[in-house]
Amino acid sequence: MADSKMIYVAGFAVVFVMCLCIFVFTNGDWGGSDDSGGEAADDYGYEAWLTDWIDAIYGELPGEIESLLFAVQAAIGAIIIGYFIGVNSGKKKALASQQAQ
Amino acid sequence: MWCIVWFVVMAPFFIAGVIKLRRILAEHPEQKMIVALSGAFIFLLSSLKLPSVTGSCSHPTGTGIAVVFYGVGVCAVLSTIVLIFQALLLAHGGFTTLGANCVSMGILGPLCGLIIWKLVRGAGAGAFISMFFAAFIADLMTYVVTAFQMSLNLMTAVNADFMDALVEMLSIYAVTQIPLAIVEGIILGMFAHYLYTTRPEIFEITDANKLNPLSVEA
Repeated sequence: MADSKMIYVAGFAVVFVMCLCIFVFTNGDWGGSDDSGGEAADDYGYEAWLTDWIDAIYGELPGEIESLLFAVQAAIGAIIIGYFIGVNSGKKKALASQQAQ
Repeated sequence: MWCIVWFVVMAPFFIAGVIKLRRILAEHPEQKMIVALSGAFIFLLSSLKLPSVTGSCSHPTGTGIAVVFYGVGVCAVLSTIVLIFQALLLAHGGFTTLGANCVSMGILGPLCGLIIWKLVRGAGAGAFISMFFAAFIADLMTYVVTAFQMSLNLMTAVNADFMDALVEMLSIYAVTQIPLAIVEGIILGMFAHYLYTTRPEIFEITDANKLNPLSVEA
């Protein structure tokens, strides 16, 4: 148990410090590397043969809607993970209670 | 041309993954939750655009759990579901690049992660360390493969020098990805440790999981 606590505390601490360092010591416009790759390809004179067809269907997504959809995607994942942890924890408690009886 | 090539490369792994997934759900219905969990990590982590040291943003892939538990084929199927979600709703990635994205994120990157898992676990390392390295390598190699794919495309489409393009693409994708891959490794490593301490029997699935990416054994 002590090992587990140490792993979780150390793990979250490292993630926190890394995130802090990135924000504090890095100057950037935080554009996406996916877009940077596309721009670099453009610099080579590459022209995509098919672009933005989806825009013709429902127009270019506003930033807020894009964020919302990314949040929905994250939520789907988080709900399933949370459900698993909840069920796991419930089973463990039920087993402990059975053994105590 | 590359659009078709990457779909052709993806196809056998995807088909093997669908067959294996159907067998798992039919023969081991008790594993449905673990399969869902594997997909959930891909959904969650690949939606998080995080800043990196290069001043640019990127996202983790979350494929470590899926490939370690169920292999490359199932990982390809679960990654494709996420990629279709993003292509359909967000125009992120896209359908013509679906094959290329699946090959990098769902097949070759995770395959490297699975090899590392087998090596590190085989050397006697614990769940945290093994998953850390598996997830780190799967994430990083996904973007290395992407850089290769982009460079091949530029070489054939505009006669760019392959090595020049590769160095540029690696500097954009791979360097940005290193800190994010470390963060992903730590998060998935902690979850693997949680699984190991609460339900160690689950790891029997990983022992039965074959390195062969076309294996359909459930």
